[in-house]
Amino acid sequence: MEYMILIYADEKIYSDMPQAEMAAMMEEYGRYTEELEAAGVLRGGSELAPVHTATTVRLRDGKVVSTDGPFAETKEQLGGYYLIDCANLDEALHWAAKVPSAKDGSIEVRPQITHS
Amino acid sequence: MLAKAIEQLCRREGGKVLAGLIRRFGDISLAEDLLQDAYRKALERWPREGLPHNPAAWLTTVARNEGLDQLRRNAALLPDSAEVLAQQAACTDEEAAQQPAPLISGSASVDDDRLRLIFICCHPALAPNVQAPLALRMLCGLSTREIARAFCEAETTVAQRIVRAKRKIAAAKIPFVVPQRTELPQRLALVLQVIYLVFNEGYGATEGQRLVRTELCAEAIRLGRLMEELMPDEAEVLGLLALMRLQHARSGARVAPDGGLLTLPEQDRSQWDRAAIEEGTALLDRALRLARPGPYQIQAAIAALHSKAQRAEETDWEQIAALYGALLRHLPTPVVELNAAVAQGMAHGPAEGLARLRALEESGRLQSSHYLLSAKAEFHGRLGDFRAALAEYDRALALVGNAVEHRYLSQRRMAAEREVLSSSHACGA
Repeated sequence: MEYMILIYADEKIYSDMPQAEMAAMMEEYGRYTEELEAAGVLRGGSELAPVHTATTVRLRDGKVVSTDGPFAETKEQLGGYYLIDCANLDEALHWAAKVPSAKDGSIEVRPQITHS
Repeated sequence: MLAKAIEQLCRREGGKVLAGLIRRFGDISLAEDLLQDAYRKALERWPREGLPHNPAAWLTTVARNEGLDQLRRNAALLPDSAEVLAQQAACTDEEAAQQPAPLISGSASVDDDRLRLIFICCHPALAPNVQAPLALRMLCGLSTREIARAFCEAETTVAQRIVRAKRKIAAAKIPFVVPQRTELPQRLALVLQVIYLVFNEGYGATEGQRLVRTELCAEAIRLGRLMEELMPDEAEVLGLLALMRLQHARSGARVAPDGGLLTLPEQDRSQWDRAAIEEGTALLDRALRLARPGPYQIQAAIAALHSKAQRAEETDWEQIAALYGALLRHLPTPVVELNAAVAQGMAHGPAEGLARLRALEESGRLQSSHYLLSAKAEFHGRLGDFRAALAEYDRALALVGNAVEHRYLSQRRMAAEREVLSSSHACGA
């Protein structure tokens, strides 16, 4: 079963972070990704650019309406994701707890729906 | 009448059967549907064919066969069904009994479907307010109405929560397993809580004609033993098991021959189950040696003090009141406060108890509790104020849901009324 691991954290933490600390965290993410790969569960993932780069698009009355910014302002922002393939929720939660940002952010685990 | 007896029997065996069906079919809703269908067939066939030798096995076989039929019908359409069917084909009932499905690697050694069921109900991914209701529903076969009553919630709210939780278990694939050893400690508190809830539902049934539903107490104790096997050095696991053994040891003496309720001072103490008391006390000693105190151990210690008194008058209320004080620090709930107030009253006089009960009632934290009102009535009676006692019994009677408790309170009320009448006669004479 595939689970989406959505990584939410306050972007300010990272923009204010000293460079050395940032480098250490990136390294930690690198190791975590390798661990997912070694376990054979990794299906995809990416870091996302900050929300100030986001554009939200809606189709209203047949017209495309684009607005600057994320679809909703939140205290913690979606900053990246992993897609993993696990036997069950317990395994997915186990991996979610190991995401480096779990220490200062929130990790949302969502099962994927498969339409066969 | 026969239909009613069959329904009760089904309910009693239901948790056992359901847990097995969930493991076999990996789908709670399907398992529940199959069980309901088996109940219907039992109602139809048992009156004609007689009661089966082993009702649980009968229900399991009927439900499983129906489930396999359904899977076969679906197999052509859904690849998932074909997969489950292939697994099922290789697994007969006898094999399933001898070789339970393997637990995940590195997990604890205890294997039991009902223990898995309790762990799935207490899964941290489920909302806290649905965990216990779900367990009572699936493990004990309580109706949504009974659960709603036990938690003072609306029936529709409880029903919705349960439906949502079951959907999440299926959609997010919450596994039907006993968790790995490393995860057990953080999953423990909830599981113990739910086991004790099951026990309490059996010990003081919130609804219905019978006061003690022995099968629920026995099931809770059985689950407690499995937890002990799983975590033999966990003080609170031992504490809970000790508590349940000590309380259940008095079950037989709690119910009068006419089905009425007997309180501690009224019970024939020779009817207490001495072997159970000894086992409970030994478990408590084992727990205390681990030097990690907790609420279950304190409650077990209180139960042990009651068990030690040969006569009600010999009860060490001082010590019990002190233990309730300690319990309040772990478990500052209104119900514990109520018990602490009663113990204080028993240790230091009815006026003291009454003052504490009044304070608790005025705080508004324990509203509409017939226990609070009947405790006040008792202390009023001890102080000789039977008019006040009578008024409190009337208020308590308006709230009580269990028929046996209702009868008990009516008797106490009548006794108070007699006192009021005889004192007014005395005045008149």
